[in-house]
Amino acid sequence: MDSSKKSALAARRQFLLDSARMAGGVGMLGLGVGLYAKQAKALPPAAIRPPGAGTEQDFLGACIRCGMCVRDCPYNILFLAKPEQPIATGTPYFVSRTGPCEMCEDIPCVKACPTGALDHKLTDIAKSRMGLAVLIDKETCLNFLGLRCDVCYRVCPLIDKAITLELRHNERTGKHTIFEPVVHSDQCTGCGKCEKGCVLEVAAIKVYPVKLAKGELGQHYRIGWEEKQKAGGSLVAPEVEHQYNMPEGMRYEHGKGLSSGPAPTPGAGVDSLQVPNPGRNAAPAGNIPQNIPGGGLSSRMTDDAPR
Amino acid sequence: MSENMHTKSLHTKRWGQEAVEAKGWWLAHKWLVLRRASQLGILAAFLAGPWFGLWLVKGNLNYSLTLNTLPLADPFILLQSLVTGHVPEKLAIIGVAIVVGFYLLVGGRVYCSWVCPVNLVTDAADSLRDRLGIKGGAHVSRHARYWILALTLLLAGITGTLAWELVNPVSMLHRGLIFGIGAAWMVVLAVFVLDLFVMHRGWCGHLCPVGACYGLIGKASPLRVVATKREACNDCMDCFAVCPEPLVIKAPLKDGAKGVGPVILASECTNCGRCIDVCSKDVFSFGSRFNNAASMAGVAQATPK
Repeated sequence: MDSSKKSALAARRQFLLDSARMAGGVGMLGLGVGLYAKQAKALPPAAIRPPGAGTEQDFLGACIRCGMCVRDCPYNILFLAKPEQPIATGTPYFVSRTGPCEMCEDIPCVKACPTGALDHKLTDIAKSRMGLAVLIDKETCLNFLGLRCDVCYRVCPLIDKAITLELRHNERTGKHTIFEPVVHSDQCTGCGKCEKGCVLEVAAIKVYPVKLAKGELGQHYRIGWEEKQKAGGSLVAPEVEHQYNMPEGMRYEHGKGLSSGPAPTPGAGVDSLQVPNPGRNAAPAGNIPQNIPGGGLSSRMTDDAPR
Repeated sequence: MSENMHTKSLHTKRWGQEAVEAKGWWLAHKWLVLRRASQLGILAAFLAGPWFGLWLVKGNLNYSLTLNTLPLADPFILLQSLVTGHVPEKLAIIGVAIVVGFYLLVGGRVYCSWVCPVNLVTDAADSLRDRLGIKGGAHVSRHARYWILALTLLLAGITGTLAWELVNPVSMLHRGLIFGIGAAWMVVLAVFVLDLFVMHRGWCGHLCPVGACYGLIGKASPLRVVATKREACNDCMDCFAVCPEPLVIKAPLKDGAKGVGPVILASECTNCGRCIDVCSKDVFSFGSRFNNAASMAGVAQATPK
């Protein structure tokens, strides 16, 4: 009886020991793989995911590394990452500088994906966000040097939408215009054609994963002029209207410059919330309502005005 | 001198030699040859596209599309993906259903011995290990694979990514052969070295979670190896020596007297059929799990002892 009790104890002891040994060994393996997996979540800047890939975190859970997208890409731009590359092993990517996405209208790579790691809801390639082009080096960009290279702008599949040329004075020559290529994130698909097209030895415009390329406003930030437009009028007291001391018969208006004619009527001018440099986002200057919170200019002259 | 030669010849006697003498080369290698044909044929079908532009099969063992119609998907990787919280599209679900259905019937680990390319590597390591007379090595429980299987799912849940795929030699080798191997050959070499020097049948027989998953799928599969003529066994031990999972053989072959049926029911059995080949007495054959009564002959023979 006593010996059977002893052997049962020994068996239990052995079982606990075996379990602990197994848990320890497998736990070490898990720790190693887990830490490696954490590192592998960081996508290097030059590797761009195919269209419809979503965030890297989601993609690495959804992509089963089958390579169907690679096979169905008619331009053979996609590759599966090898273990020695700093991209999660077996996942698809392309490199803009050597082979950008040709933006097929039927998006065969997305259709080929069996898991939806490339989102099947993406049916308009212009809505894909593979990455975001950034004109990263203004010191070497030929357009910034005052030349008319324009190649990135010309090769952009969404010319005049994803890349526009913004004109400004060339201070160096004093008589020419600089045609600055500007990327608009609300249109850029990250196809990489601009980076591929850039004529420099090393491209001045590059496509990065959106997470690396895009800034983000604080959640609580509000763009004053957008809020004003939404509300249909200023939400804060207008600034003191700028007075220009002009010769008789001359007037100056922001944006329009100098002209001859009577001075503008007070209150019809623009307040400081107006875009300083009217471009794509320029909103027409509306009339400033007089019953604004804070009481407007006259009441702010006194100390008892609400602030 | 002659004694020395005698022991040497004993030492170099390899499994299946008796079977070759008794049945001839073909019958002593039939299932092995068929198995290699299956493994290499499947690999060739995958390689015909990238090598010769003949697109019979696209993709790899994780997911493939045959003749642009038949989807096949690996249940283990999709299970991991599901654990990360991603629900796959229709084609992958159909692919998994077909694959699971197939292995439910033929035995889950048929994947290991008839499909998986790593089997070629570990079989080569085992063969070399035998030729070089390497014995012993690390002792790890054959249950380790189930722990590792649980670990891979846990990792998928914690990291939200298919963490095991970063190191999985099975998908790495197959993908590598088709899409470019890169440094994955080092991982495959590590598996080879493990099986050759560190552990007998280390990877496929102890650690691989892919095999563990397929084993669980095939737990109730009807197609099994049966020790049909177990009373003819002459204890030559060739089947034990050649079997990648020798633990599965013992009871069905030897415990007839205890009322154990002749069917190898253990889900670890890979249905490779090598035991059928190497047995000079033709004890084993493929059969069904439902014919598992401990035969009267076996019991009657055993009782007087």
